[in-house]
Amino acid sequence: MKLSFRDQFTNSLFALPAALLFAVFSIYPFYKVFQLSLYQWDGISTAMRFVGFANFWDILTRNAAWWISFKNAIYITFLALTVQNALALLLAWAVDREIRAGNIYRVIFFIPPILSGIVVGLIWNWIFEGNYGLLNHALTSMGLGGWTRAWLADPKTALYSVATIHMWKGFGWGFIILLAGLQNIPRELYESARVDGAGEWHVFRKITVPLMVPVFVLVSILTILGTMQIFDLIISTTGGGPGYNTEVPMTRMVALMLGSGRLGYACAMSVIFGILLLLFSLVQMRLGKWLDKD
Amino acid sequence: MKKVLSLSFCLALASVFSILPACKKASQSGAAEDSLVVWHWMSDREDAFNNLAKKYGEQKGMKVRFELYAPSEAYMQKVRAAAQTNTLPEIYGVLGESRDFASFVNAGHVENLTPAMSENNNQWMNRFFQKALVNNQFPEGNSYNVPAGIYGVPLDVTNIQMLYNKDLFKQAGLDPERPPQTWDEFLKIGPALKKAGIPGFVSGWGELWMIDCLASNLAFNLMGEEKVLKTLKGEVPYTDPEWKRLFKLFEEFRDSGLPAAGLVTMVNKTAEQNFSSGRAAMAFNGSWCVNVYAGMNPNLNYGAFLPPAVSDKNPRVIWGGAGSSFVVNARAAQKDKAVAFLKWLSDKDQQVALAKETRNLPSTPDAIGEIPAVLGQFADDMELTTHPSRFPVSEASSVVETFNKGIQSILIGEKTAEQVSNEVQKVKEIEMKSAQK
Repeated sequence: MKLSFRDQFTNSLFALPAALLFAVFSIYPFYKVFQLSLYQWDGISTAMRFVGFANFWDILTRNAAWWISFKNAIYITFLALTVQNALALLLAWAVDREIRAGNIYRVIFFIPPILSGIVVGLIWNWIFEGNYGLLNHALTSMGLGGWTRAWLADPKTALYSVATIHMWKGFGWGFIILLAGLQNIPRELYESARVDGAGEWHVFRKITVPLMVPVFVLVSILTILGTMQIFDLIISTTGGGPGYNTEVPMTRMVALMLGSGRLGYACAMSVIFGILLLLFSLVQMRLGKWLDKD
Repeated sequence: MKKVLSLSFCLALASVFSILPACKKASQSGAAEDSLVVWHWMSDREDAFNNLAKKYGEQKGMKVRFELYAPSEAYMQKVRAAAQTNTLPEIYGVLGESRDFASFVNAGHVENLTPAMSENNNQWMNRFFQKALVNNQFPEGNSYNVPAGIYGVPLDVTNIQMLYNKDLFKQAGLDPERPPQTWDEFLKIGPALKKAGIPGFVSGWGELWMIDCLASNLAFNLMGEEKVLKTLKGEVPYTDPEWKRLFKLFEEFRDSGLPAAGLVTMVNKTAEQNFSSGRAAMAFNGSWCVNVYAGMNPNLNYGAFLPPAVSDKNPRVIWGGAGSSFVVNARAAQKDKAVAFLKWLSDKDQQVALAKETRNLPSTPDAIGEIPAVLGQFADDMELTTHPSRFPVSEASSVVETFNKGIQSILIGEKTAEQVSNEVQKVKEIEMKSAQK
């Protein structure tokens, strides 16, 4: 059926409010950030100096701190993708098996994600504190006093410690999404497989995993995007230190924007960072499609 | 048909994009004609400010509304956003470095108060500690190209010194009435405290500026002001033996066992909690700590002392000057009334009230009356203060960051003094090349 001009126009009018909102709150800010990234500007002065792609060139070729921060973020993301999501899947799988008090576990596992990152950071600061922290206290009382340290201030453990806090805070999201995915798998498939003599591992590998691929892709993308943009936990625990050991791209951007008054430069960082995240997500989606097909 | 609709959609977007920047030209932040709005970040002074506002209303018939936005980071973001949209209130404060302050002045957001300060033979100007005004002043020929003048009104003054817990010193067998005077004496305290099982030194060194502060104090003492300023100008490299010696001091500090665990990522609030609760014997903190410690532990028995001398060739200096300052919005319709209010706020009665309420050092000497003894120690050393905002040249932020992060790396044993010295110089050279371009 071919719609008349009037109908098409009317239909478009319905979409207009959403389109305008999208333009104002998504497209315009992105356009503005890109525009600012081409300038040298402190965010206050009336004078802005056009520098073309010089900010981008400097970040990509000379800014060692930026690449260290990026490497740190990738490292935390890798741990979140593997350890955090494996834990989330294990717990979701356990709760899906209708264990006793499953609903209570659901609530408990979902508490960390709803807590503020700053609050979580402060709580874990007490745990990891070097002089009177809970972890050191526990280690000492177990006779492992030699292992005690300032976990968040020691370059050997600072990044792992931050990653641990992030995973503790984040696994609940994966857990809820994976559990929803698991509960969508028809029970009959499991029952018929078991009737055919399939063991637990076989059922998991041949039924659960293939049907969960789209959910895995979703959880992975959310994990990557969420972890790469980690900020509040870092600020409330290490502030990016000691040295550059726990710096991440977001802390670099904020430091340059607010601490150094280099707003244009920080905008260029955010454009590069946004593009890299987009690429990560596209690769992940392609991989998911390929696995799904396979 | 589709092309027509797509074109219309694009036109709609284009008009949105052209309208949005115009929205920036919003009207001035709206205080009524007989009222003033003051933005601040000082949560500890909220009640004192409101009481003073009430008093001003009663005396002058002008309503003043203090609006608190805390913490300071959130406050500064709000001020920046308001500056970009021209919606700043009549009176506000600029936090940050001189560079930030200069940007606000150059963008026309800050009124030059020199004419008002100079009226009647500098009557208003002469009320303040000279060092308090310097932080709010841009001298002739400053590197930020700000027209020379006074742009802010100091509310209080502050300086940053070493503090020690007298009871813990006694417990460790140290003389509680004789804090260390030299660097060697300072380092020797480490083993004594360690033996007594007392964590040594805390400070907010996770916030990089506090590292910069002590390092700068030591540098001035070690090589003198002239050489430090020559380094900022690029005439002396950071690889100079005296700069290497400065970085080496932090190696010695680390090896003395003085730093409490976690010092390099500690925020000042945590350091204040640790010191006030007797979980550290020494701290490096500003005079505002007197108020903070009184709130955390009124029975804390402590004293203040200057950072230990590393050389007897040059005088010891400490960072200090104006603590908190207010500026007048140059675009405000009621800027004259705002200036009049700030004049009133710096009168003796108001300064005494503020000092009494907040235990901060008043910005006018005539208001220093009965202050706590330890605050008196801070007050006595006001003449030794300096601050980067008073230097005729400023260091590039990337160099400052590499310098401070480098000291963090020395303290955790990740890098040597030699490495840090080379790294800082490398960044300095890059910045100098960029500046030449």
